[in-house]
Parts: sequence; C-alpha cells; structure tokens
Amino acid sequence: MRKEGNPQFGPIATHLTRLVHTQVTPCDDASRAAAYDCAVPLPDAPAIDTAMDPAQAATAGATTAGPAGAAASADHGFAVEVRGLVKRYGGRAVVDGLDLVARPGAVTAVLGPNGAGKTTTIECCEGLRSPDGGSVRVLGHDPVADARFLRPRVGVMLQDGGLPTGVRALELLRHVAAMYAAPRPVDELAERLGLHGFARTTVRRLSGGQRQRVALAAAVVGRPDVVFLDEPSAGMDPQSRRAVWDLVRELRADGVAIVLTTHLMDEAADLADHVHVVDHGRVIASGSVRELTEGGSSGPGTVRIEAAPGLDLTGLLTTLDPTPAPLSAGYPLGQGTPAQQVPSTQRSGDGWVAAEAEPGVYTLTGPVDPAALAAVTGWLADRGVLARSVTTGCRTLEDVFLDLTGRNLR
Amino acid sequence: MSVQQEPQAGPVETTPAAAPAVRRIAAQAAFETRAILRNGEQLLVTIVLPVLVLVGLVQTSFLDLDTQGYSRVDFVTPGVLALAVMSTAFTSQAIATAFDRRNGVLRLMATTPLGRTGLLAGKVLGVLAVEVVQVIVVAAVAVALGWRPELGALPAVVGAALLGTAAFTALALLLAGTLRAEGVLAVANLVLVLLTVGGGVLLPAQQLAGPLAHAAVLLPSGALGEAMRGALLHGAVPPFSVVVLLAWTAALGAGAARLFRWH
Repeated sequence: MRKEGNPQFGPIATHLTRLVHTQVTPCDDASRAAAYDCAVPLPDAPAIDTAMDPAQAATAGATTAGPAGAAASADHGFAVEVRGLVKRYGGRAVVDGLDLVARPGAVTAVLGPNGAGKTTTIECCEGLRSPDGGSVRVLGHDPVADARFLRPRVGVMLQDGGLPTGVRALELLRHVAAMYAAPRPVDELAERLGLHGFARTTVRRLSGGQRQRVALAAAVVGRPDVVFLDEPSAGMDPQSRRAVWDLVRELRADGVAIVLTTHLMDEAADLADHVHVVDHGRVIASGSVRELTEGGSSGPGTVRIEAAPGLDLTGLLTTLDPTPAPLSAGYPLGQGTPAQQVPSTQRSGDGWVAAEAEPGVYTLTGPVDPAALAAVTGWLADRGVLARSVTTGCRTLEDVFLDLTGRNLR
Repeated sequence: MSVQQEPQAGPVETTPAAAPAVRRIAAQAAFETRAILRNGEQLLVTIVLPVLVLVGLVQTSFLDLDTQGYSRVDFVTPGVLALAVMSTAFTSQAIATAFDRRNGVLRLMATTPLGRTGLLAGKVLGVLAVEVVQVIVVAAVAVALGWRPELGALPAVVGAALLGTAAFTALALLLAGTLRAEGVLAVANLVLVLLTVGGGVLLPAQQLAGPLAHAAVLLPSGALGEAMRGALLHGAVPPFSVVVLLAWTAALGAGAARLFRWH
C-alpha cells in the first residue's frame, strides 16, 4: 500500500491524485471487459489495478435489484421525497427549489461545495428546520407536523456531532438507546464500530473520528427506516471509514434508506447508489455514479501506467494510432527524455495524448477500447517493460463534480 | 414552557418503535442529573457556594444581621435554600443548556423519540433532582449548626421551591436560547451574584438599602426568598410572593417559548 497521507483531511484537489490511483470507473462494459482481460496476459505483473471496484459492482446490482426491504416505502416507493424545497435565511435563499428523492435499501449521496445548501436540506428532512416553500416527505410524512411518528423511525447524525461532552462514550449510546422500545444491542453495535476501546472516555476527550463513530452509533441504535448522515466520515482515519462504510452497506442490505452528504468523492463513488450534486441551493445533476461519470464523456478515457521513468512514448502513440498525423510534441521527442523534464506531453492525430505526469507515471488519454489497451500492454511487452500498474478509467466522480461546480475556490 | 405541566401528559403514545414517554423522560432526567452532579464547576455553584454562604453568615459576624428575634441559623437558612434553588434552576441550567445548544445536543436529542418537549421535561426534572440533593446537603449543614426547622413546613417549602424553579428555569431557557454560550456563562454567573447581593434572596428585601428595598420584592429572587422565609419562619408562603413568581414564570416562559432558538 502506497503511503499517501491522510486524504480526507485535504481539500478536494488533493483527492484528485488519490482518485486516479484508486478509483476506476469503467466507461462501458467493453472497456471493463478489456480491463479484466488485460490482467490475464500479464500474470506475473505484481499489481494491476484494472479490477473494477467491487463496491461499484455491488452498487450497480443494488439499483437494479430494487429495495431489499420495503418497510420504509411510501406510496411511490420513496423513503424521502423533497420537491421544490426553499429555505431562506434573512431573505437569502440558501435552498432554492431543490428536488431530491431517496429510496429504501439504497444509499443516496448529496454532494456539493460548502454552502451549497446540503445541510439545510438535510435539516429540513430531519424536522429541525421548517421549509419556506416546497414540500418534504419522509416515509410519506411531514417531518415537522408528524415528528412524533417519524422520530423513532429516522436516525440522525448531525454534522457537528451533537454529542454532550461531559458524558462517557458508551453511557451516551446507552442513553440514546433508552429512547427506543427495541434498540439494537448496544454492546454489539459498539463492537461493530470499535467503541469499546474508549467506552469510558468522556466525549470531550475523544478524537474527531471517535466522536463521529459514536454519533453514527447513536443514529442507528434505534433501528431506523431512514438514516440521515451529514458528513459521516469527516475526520476519520481510514480504518474508521471502512467500519462506517461496512455498516452503511449492511443497513442498505436491511432495506434502510440512507441519505448522506459528503465532500469525499471516493466515499460517494464507493457507497452511493444515487448521487445528487447540489450547488447554489439546487440539484444540478443527479443519477447513479455510472450515469454521472459516463454522461458527456463519450469522448476520451484514460490509461494510466506505472513503470520505469523516462519511457519514450512516441512509439506508443504511433502504435495506438496506425494512421499517424504529424505528431506535435510538448517536448523534444527522442530517446531518454530526462525524468526531470516532466511533465512532457505528446499528441497524436487520433486524439491520443500521452504525458509523464510524474516520473514513472504515464497517462494516455484518448478513445480507450479493448484494442487500445492490448496495444499498450503489447508495446510494453515489446520493450521488456514490466508495468507496476495499468489502470483504465473514464472520468472520475471528482472530475464530474468539478466540471459541474467549477474549479475555482469560493 | 410551564413546569407545572405534568411532563407525562399529552396524547397517548402510538409509536411502537419509541420507548414509553415516561421512560424516555425519566432517562433524560437521570442523564441531566448525572451530568450536573459530575461537573466540577456546576457543583461549585450549586453545592459549595450555598454551603459556604450558610456557614459564613451563621458562624461569622462580619455582616450585622437584624435577625428579627430568630437565631442566626434559623433566619439565614431559608434564604440559603432559595439561593440553592436559584443556582441550579437558573445559573447551572442556563449554562448547561447554552452549551448543549451550541454543541448541537439539543438538536440531536430533538430528533430522537425524546423530542423537544421530552427534552425540556427531562431538564426540569433533572433540576428538581439536583435541588433535592442540595436541600439535603444544606439542611444537614444547617442542622449541624443548630437549625431546628418545623417539619410541618415541608409542603410549603416544596411549594416555594417549585414556584422558584419554574420562574428561574424559564429565565435560564430564555438566556440559553438567545445568547451565545460564552455570553450565557458570563451573564448567568453575574446575575446570580447581583441577585444574591441585592435581590432579596438571603435577607428580607426591606433590609436592603434605598429603592432596592421596594424593588427587590418584585424580583423573582426577592419573591423566592420571601416565600422560603414565609414557609420556614411563619408557616405559610405569602400570597404576594406566589403572585410575583407566577407572573415572572408566565412572562419569562412566554418569552422563552417565543424566542428560544434551537440552532
């Protein structure tokens, strides 16, 4: 495992690198097949990240399989239905005509920059804020007027935790459990989320990630039909995130509707069956991760190769593009382009772009298809180059997100 | 917002997934009580301060008291009990609620089956539970100092404590629901000191200087002090104090209900 620091703390931009490493989103079935195929002819390659993320496969399955448990379904099958939601603070519309639905047995992710209106929307669903316009239905009920009906059925994890600071972690969880007639066994849940290690520590002394795990446990201890998680893995270490994601998947399998907001693109990509991208108080894109990453990207995909630094990719571009147009080069072509001179970019006539993004990491962008991938691996084999990793992908969710919401800081 | 309301009252619970309302509120009351009794600063204000005041006023003579013919301990203890009620119902509760509000605890608990009313009921019952502890401690110290109260005064003392708790909890919620937590911390302590010194709690209002002698009887602190002294020294709570405390409860309760912000 490569050491990459702690990615969830960094700004979105720092995820980009990481996502290229870990997130493989197949462009279509053909390229996915190609991705698997190419693992076969290179059996002695130590690590070929061409596999589709298993979570992705599970996700795809869940969408088509439909809700596992329809306990939470309203008439139309939506556990949460927000239509034309408007919420103003001091005359300024923070949420401005937002539509959003979430189904039982599915994870619905709400993505958006800070201040996009995510938390306000979630708080309207939780009955903590009253909408200024539009309608909100949770399990077919109004969150404010029917709060008494909904409170036992809706689990909430607030962005700021909402945990009293003077009590011990497990004491708090037992207290929240006491509010329900048939809560989950506290010890079992604490075991699942690794709370026993700090069971008798006061909340004040817990780390951010530990608090988040306690807050998540409190959100699910009442066996809810709908769970709202506002940035559930903020401040968590990778182990905690795994534990949280596993629990979320288990809830989904039990038919729970899970709505989560997140800044973490890999979290959304790994977990979500459905993604709503929110900006300026509205949903600006909506769909499954695959739909979003494929939409508008009939164009180029990428092949990413990790191998020895300093390979001259000119020949590869010629191989990929058998009817070559004049090559334009960002750098003098030729043997032994010094690794220090990166990035070097080269183009072929067929729209292929090759670059050595950092020494030993090559990115080929172009019309990726099975033949192209075979050509790449063949070209490497001809040169006796053993790639450490060959990855195909089209756009990542992060690309889509940045395209939609803009790359500028705000 | 009135504390006289039975917390258990209300529509029959029809939600199968929630624990019964009585159990939820009892759990919250126990939770709040433990939180206060475990917190060092809260204990300082609610237990140590009244005991220090009691011992100080009874055992020293730096304050020249007109005890109206009663022994010092008989004369001072009712006022100290009133101070104890103020410290818990007002200062301690205002600070705890303000920080719970800032930390999102109020919002989180409001989304559980406890709800907002259950949370409020739990807080009020938690205040009353802490007051029981305070009364036991203060009374024990006072008895050790020679206090011999009429046991028949107990119902009147309880009545006075309930009325004072209602008024001061309403004030606590009004502050906690409108100011920032740090502001509440400062104001709640300052107001406690001002009311203790010039609010007619420890000593009868008429013993205060100048216009305060007339104003303090209209303050909730003065009314609570008079009620406690009436109960323990004269065997009955003066009706005027009852009216003043009820009026404050109504006004502050209405204000808190209108202005309290959960966010």
